[in-house]
Amino acid sequence: MKQYFLDTWSSIWTVLVGMKITFKHLFTPSVTIQYPEVKVELPERARHRLYVNMDDCIGCDQCARACPVSCITIDTVKSVAGEDLGKTSNGKKKVLWVTKFDIDFAKCCCCQLCVFPCPTECIKMTPVYEFSEYERENLIYSFSTLTPAEVAEKKKNFEKAEAEKAAAKAAAAAAPKPAPAAKPAPAVSKPKEENPNT
Amino acid sequence: MIFDTLSSFLGNEIIAGIIVACLPLFLVILPYAIAAVLAERKVSAYMQDRIGPNRTGFHGVLQPVADVVKLMLKEDIVASNVDKPLFNIAPLLVFTGSYAAFAAIPFTSIFIGTKLDLGLIYILAVSSFVVAGILMGGWSSNNKYSLIGAMRSAAQIISYEIPTFLVVVTIIIITGTTNLTVLSDYQTSYFWNWMILGGPSLGVVKFLLIPFMIVGFVIIYISTLAEVNRVPFDIPEAESELVAGFHTEYSGMKFAMFFLAEYANMFAVSALIATVFFGGYQSPFGYLGNLMGIKWLIPLEQLFWFSVKGLFFVFVQMWLRWTLPRLRVDQLMTVCWKYLIPFAFVNLLIVGLLVVL
Repeated sequence: MKQYFLDTWSSIWTVLVGMKITFKHLFTPSVTIQYPEVKVELPERARHRLYVNMDDCIGCDQCARACPVSCITIDTVKSVAGEDLGKTSNGKKKVLWVTKFDIDFAKCCCCQLCVFPCPTECIKMTPVYEFSEYERENLIYSFSTLTPAEVAEKKKNFEKAEAEKAAAKAAAAAAPKPAPAAKPAPAVSKPKEENPNT
Repeated sequence: MIFDTLSSFLGNEIIAGIIVACLPLFLVILPYAIAAVLAERKVSAYMQDRIGPNRTGFHGVLQPVADVVKLMLKEDIVASNVDKPLFNIAPLLVFTGSYAAFAAIPFTSIFIGTKLDLGLIYILAVSSFVVAGILMGGWSSNNKYSLIGAMRSAAQIISYEIPTFLVVVTIIIITGTTNLTVLSDYQTSYFWNWMILGGPSLGVVKFLLIPFMIVGFVIIYISTLAEVNRVPFDIPEAESELVAGFHTEYSGMKFAMFFLAEYANMFAVSALIATVFFGGYQSPFGYLGNLMGIKWLIPLEQLFWFSVKGLFFVFVQMWLRWTLPRLRVDQLMTVCWKYLIPFAFVNLLIVGLLVVL
């Protein structure tokens, strides 16, 4: 009988305690962050969309090879003699026209593995995370600074130079006989060079 | 009062009757429901440290409009295997049950649907009409969740009517009336004349009555909360177990009817408690209209105090909703049969003895 009254009292009392707690929360400022207007501050090294600074890119393709999901596609064309491509910010001479530098952000997993091998530090992660699209194709970002016409021109230039070189080579081959012993030497020396690397 | 004025003005009792019958719907239920839908969302948001709707209008005040438009534009789906006549009648019946209660609720001394001598009993009787509609809707939906919800609802409402009635009987013993207008006038002038503080009679009995009145108030509050299927007694709707309970299969305006009926019911029971224990439309500090000698101000003040009291209890219902978890079915029955009913009986006996003294 005593337990019965204790139970009754404790049930009413605990309800009142709970009501007190919820009443306090009625006046606590809300913790909602109103997203489009107010954004959460991201950590310092947040990894989101990639950015490529094409002024520094030398077209070495190392980022594309490092990518675990193969989302980076790079095409390059060799520059011909007499063309000056300028230097990167850390003093490397550019020798390749980067005709295509596409990153498919539908595939990109923001792992940052492409950032480490870059010799000129031109590819990096940015804290931009709002880039949703209606079409999947729109997620393929093209970073190359060359227009299609320029690309065609560079390709033509290169082919022309190649043709000239080939013609010169053919002309050279026709006149004197090249030394045959020179060829096998690099094939033997190659594994020796690779060993210390691995 | 309003009916008499209207019938003499229009010269036709039938038209006047229809207008008077529609008044609570347009003057009270719809504005209240619109405000309560917003209040429910805002109160729940603030209690959970959220912001709640804030896109429609200033701080989301137009959210109920958006809700109503959405409900009206929705397709009215009737599943192929439902019992169509019953399925269509059920929401109307539920709403009728909760609307009929408003006929006897005294909003002010002049604005009351009908001055029924059995007002108190009538409200309790007619609001149990809701059970029939809920059971009908659950049965005709041809859906296991609806049926389980409806059965639970019937069991719950019928069980919890007993403590409600027992407490009402204690009030009847003290006041000797079931007419809600008379009951309100009985508790007139100041707040120490309210039934929760022992009624207007002076003497030792008044002070002896106070603890038993408080017990009665707690019992009737809990049991009416269960009657309107609100949390923590929302097992008929138990959204985590039964989808949406008895109104699982309803959509569009039929669902809106259930929704409106639930909110109307919430206000009806709150108004009942306010009338029975907290002086109804009576002001706790006397009237400004009496003080300044302006006669027409008094009914407006009464309406204000009545709304404040009623809406306060609606707010407490929302407050409890975000405080307590849902009861299990057996716990629900335990609360009713093992705790509320014995306490209500003992309360009734003691109050009866005190009144005889």
